[in-house]
Amino acid sequence: MNDNLFRQESGRIAAALIRIFGVHNLDLAQDVTQDAFFRALEVWPSRGVPENPAAWLMLTAKHRALQVLRRERTARNFAPEIGRLLESEWTLAPTVDDMLDPDAIKDDELRVMFSCCDRKIRIDGQVALILNILCGFAVDEIAAAFFDSHSAVEKRLTRAKKVLAGSHRLFDVTYEDEFVQRVSAVQRALYLLFNEGYHGTSTALSVRFELCNEALRLVGILIDHPYGRTPITYALGAVICLHGARLPARLSPSGEFIQLADQDRSLWNSALITKGARWLELAASGDDLSDYHVEAMIAMMHASAARIEDTNWQAIVEHYDLLLVLRPSPVVALNRAIALAQFEGPERGLAELDAIPNKSRLLNYPFYFAALADCNAQLGRLVEATDLLVQASTVARTETERRFFGKRIADLGAPGAGGSAPQVWEAGSELPWTRGS
Amino acid sequence: MSEFLFLYRGRDEAATSEQMENTMRRWAAWMKELSEAGHVITLGHPLQNSGAVVRGQDRLVIDGPFAEAKDVIAGYTLIKAKDLAEANELAKGCPILDVGGTVEVRPVMEMPARA
Repeated sequence: MNDNLFRQESGRIAAALIRIFGVHNLDLAQDVTQDAFFRALEVWPSRGVPENPAAWLMLTAKHRALQVLRRERTARNFAPEIGRLLESEWTLAPTVDDMLDPDAIKDDELRVMFSCCDRKIRIDGQVALILNILCGFAVDEIAAAFFDSHSAVEKRLTRAKKVLAGSHRLFDVTYEDEFVQRVSAVQRALYLLFNEGYHGTSTALSVRFELCNEALRLVGILIDHPYGRTPITYALGAVICLHGARLPARLSPSGEFIQLADQDRSLWNSALITKGARWLELAASGDDLSDYHVEAMIAMMHASAARIEDTNWQAIVEHYDLLLVLRPSPVVALNRAIALAQFEGPERGLAELDAIPNKSRLLNYPFYFAALADCNAQLGRLVEATDLLVQASTVARTETERRFFGKRIADLGAPGAGGSAPQVWEAGSELPWTRGS
Repeated sequence: MSEFLFLYRGRDEAATSEQMENTMRRWAAWMKELSEAGHVITLGHPLQNSGAVVRGQDRLVIDGPFAEAKDVIAGYTLIKAKDLAEANELAKGCPILDVGGTVEVRPVMEMPARA
């Protein structure tokens, strides 16, 4: 079974079962979902993959759900609105049939997504919840994705699920004012989920791609809903497409970061770029200008350059100026300074890097030192550049990052080093969350 | 409010599986209606045709019930209604009546305490 099918269908099935079992029986819904996939893994190797795998999985989940409902009906309460109907054999199967009907489950994933973005749940809990319930990520996979410990993620999920269980029912996406109130939290969670895939530090390559794929799939679900398809959602979708399209060139097969000038642009996903461009157009309707809009425009400018020499750095800097107003963060200022150095030169670059407000918050961010090192190297100050790269290496988050800076240091030691082509560090747009122990 | 038991008889054995599916839907719809109107205490269950009959002082166990198909109890529901008249009205909605079956409506007997 391919990963996409697994992640997509486990989300769909889990969401539908949560509606039947009730949000307080979330674990049961997830168990039954998992049972369906276990059954597939048991049966498909010998019988062959069915013609319609998704339908097979849903049917298997339905049968398992009926078994569980029968076994548990004296012990548990299920979804309050249908509890009585699930108790009687007169109505059990017809009710489950109706509730798992394609039309009925259409909004279930969206309802779960919105429920996960409850303000009472911390943002990292929201993202973990979405990955666990809607994307079939196990605790270990979330830990690998966020470079976090198993126990920290487990604790985070348990806490988040407790809040979710206490909400008694799934978010109702039929009321526009409630929808509008919560949609920005959902957008933010999806953005952070995507960000971890694109800018994250996990060297598990497949996980990085999966995070980006899942972010794309989930924003697609939001766009499919009439209340969800707003200019800001389209802008978020455009960011995901236009960054995500370039991920194959950004990471080496071993998960190492390749900086912009060295990226093989033929590896970019042109279909995603086209989709991102279309969503960016749709985002331009109306009066909303969000930070997602600006980030998407910057990504579009990168994506439209056939070679790094064709990049319109001046326009990019102007957009960073705008982004700084909407999202004042030292990381955005860092990106802006790096872009400015591309066409104004390393002397200006150093001045801008020095002028970053709150730059002390960047002291744990290796790409800050890397940018300083690069400007110094271009000015021939190789000793300073090496020192700065050592500092970058000290605050590096992974062995892979350390190796990367080590190699840069070695390159500097080689003859003819220094005045090379400008290095572009496409720093993340958010400071990394402080990692738990 | 009093409680009444509905006993259904006359399940249509000759139905095709498609007809049975339709019938199940109609039953579920009727029961959902009863439930939403606040009349249901226990929706109950459909019953399998065969089973056993335990009889007499000797506690004889025999296969059964071997009554005529139209007499075998097919299922039950416990409802509450104002009186027998209302209970009868509610019973008229039962889909089994359209296939020649019957609904027996029996009031629950309240047992007195010791004198």
